[in-house]
Amino acid sequence: MDMLYKVFIEPFVFMGEAPDLLIQTLWEGLVSGVLYALIALGFVLIFKASGVFNFAQGIMVVFAALILVGLYEKGVPAFLALILAALAMLVLAMVVERVVLRPLVNQPDIILFMATFGLTYFLIGFGELIFGGSPREMITDQLFLPQGTTEVDMLGGMVRFQHLDIAAALIASIMIGLLAVFFSKTRIGRALRAVADSHKAALSVGISLNQIWVIVWFAAGIVALVAGIMWGARSGVSFSLQIIALKALPVLILGGFTSIPGAIIGGLIVGVGEKLGEFYWGPLVGGGVETWLAYVIALLFLLYRPQGLFGEKIIERI
Amino acid sequence: MLYREAGQFKTNYVADSAIFPLREDRIGLALIILAAYALAFLGSSFLLQAVLIPFLVFSLAAIGLNILTGYTGLLSLGTGAFMGVGAYACYKLMTAFPGVNVIVWIFVSGFFSAAVGALFGLPSLRIKGFYLAVATLAAQFFLQWCFIRIPWLVNYNVSGALDAPLRTLFGTPIMGPNATPQTRYLVVLTIVILLTWLASNLVHGRIGRMWIAIRDMDLAAELMGIRPLQTKLLAFAVSSYYCGVAGALLVFLWYGGAEYDVFNINQSFFILFMVIIGGLGSLIGSFFGAALIFILPIVLGIVLPAMLSPFGLSVGADVIEHLRFMIVGALIIFFLIVEPHGLARLWQIGKQKLLVWPFPY
Repeated sequence: MDMLYKVFIEPFVFMGEAPDLLIQTLWEGLVSGVLYALIALGFVLIFKASGVFNFAQGIMVVFAALILVGLYEKGVPAFLALILAALAMLVLAMVVERVVLRPLVNQPDIILFMATFGLTYFLIGFGELIFGGSPREMITDQLFLPQGTTEVDMLGGMVRFQHLDIAAALIASIMIGLLAVFFSKTRIGRALRAVADSHKAALSVGISLNQIWVIVWFAAGIVALVAGIMWGARSGVSFSLQIIALKALPVLILGGFTSIPGAIIGGLIVGVGEKLGEFYWGPLVGGGVETWLAYVIALLFLLYRPQGLFGEKIIERI
Repeated sequence: MLYREAGQFKTNYVADSAIFPLREDRIGLALIILAAYALAFLGSSFLLQAVLIPFLVFSLAAIGLNILTGYTGLLSLGTGAFMGVGAYACYKLMTAFPGVNVIVWIFVSGFFSAAVGALFGLPSLRIKGFYLAVATLAAQFFLQWCFIRIPWLVNYNVSGALDAPLRTLFGTPIMGPNATPQTRYLVVLTIVILLTWLASNLVHGRIGRMWIAIRDMDLAAELMGIRPLQTKLLAFAVSSYYCGVAGALLVFLWYGGAEYDVFNINQSFFILFMVIIGGLGSLIGSFFGAALIFILPIVLGIVLPAMLSPFGLSVGADVIEHLRFMIVGALIIFFLIVEPHGLARLWQIGKQKLLVWPFPY
């Protein structure tokens, strides 16, 4: 009984008693949710256009951030470094398309998945070889990212908003909006959607798959760069960021592998869910539930809706 | 000339489904096993401890994952955690009942991870492919959290680490600080051979055919009367059993003690690499994959400095480490491009060529 009370009653009573803490937790959840969504977005872009489950997205986030910081440390001005990092992602996209994707056309999904694993290993080694393995600070001031906090008096307490978090949420939203416009309004965007629908049909109306893949990997690289800057500003640039990228997987499951709105809503659900779980229920089992809660939420969710919130219905034919 | 099937007729169904229908295969296998045992007496303890024992342990884990991913077609990223369950179960059992021989507990501990594996395999009925892979990540992270947060699992040990107590077999220490690499190698080798033989029988028999039917088309298999839930759960259980035993061997007969961190997500990926590079749906491929993925970095660590030194490039250990990562990554991509069916396919081609040798076809 006592246990049941602690699980089902007490956290809610606590929420009601201290609404400012609830708001604070929700806010933190929303911010990390937006950032998860940003990483998940990179996965979705590539999965939609090429059917490749890109495991290397996480390392691309780290890699992009590392290039940016590494170049800045070598004396390159911050904005030039940003442009160079974006160019590096373009080069990466072209190399990946030429060396990895093109020879593996028509292979089963799992083979392509494994190939992105190989890519991950390669990029880890390459990144460490050039920039060293030590964690770094993200250059926030030089990129005009705001620092500091605002405390707002509300609901009988102070709620702290980090300026950086606000900026992160804004930039991520702008990014997502831009991608949405790009996908629905531009010629290339429509070609991307055509490829996502059917490779063969897209080929037959004269869309070059190779070009599309480069564009898509480049777009994912840019998303990775933005995600890398944001995550890097919050928790430093190091290879441990990769684990954060794995968190994007339950987000994908919740939202469906092929849906951009799904990635965003899934990200918010996971972000808020795990922060609430950690803060209100975590102490019951000794804390640290953040590491797995997202996966368990996703798992339970899958049992009811195997294709995710917005995923395409899976139709099988014999 | 030496290796041909001419004159070896199969006269009944049992002979047709035999594991090694060719006499040459049987002789070859006997030679390999003999050589493996001989290595225990010929090899240096570095070779046994740093190369052969881990190679065998990882092969066993790769066989486990291969049963699930290669034969049944269910992608799993929770291998590391299932290995951990085996190791922790083995630790609890052998410290709770020190009177029973530890070999028994190594085999029994597999059943615990089989139970856990079957539990986390339940979603496989509803979901498949990458969705299932992510679902098994839940097992990975949840179990790893359990290893950290439940001190009961390590008998309230302050360090939170598993350590191998002294255990003997026929009066010889096989576990703990006094056991020589030689005896540990012999124990591991025997267990791996036994379990591989068992797996080989499983996958060649009725159960294996059920798994393969589910893999190739689960809907069609269901229409033919194969019950998907039981078959998939059985695959999860058997696979986790192998992983659990491999985990117990890894901690107690190789490392001699370990922390929860050994069973992290990277271990799962590592085993998956072995399975895919070795060849999905092939037992011998599991051995090849383990050999390539585990031994290649060791060899590179030795060869790279020697290769670079003539050019006046003396490089630090960290650079070697980074180069190793790059080369392994590049090789994985290379192998996938030239031989997506894995090393086992090369083995088959080689055998085919041998059958017709010295003629081209």
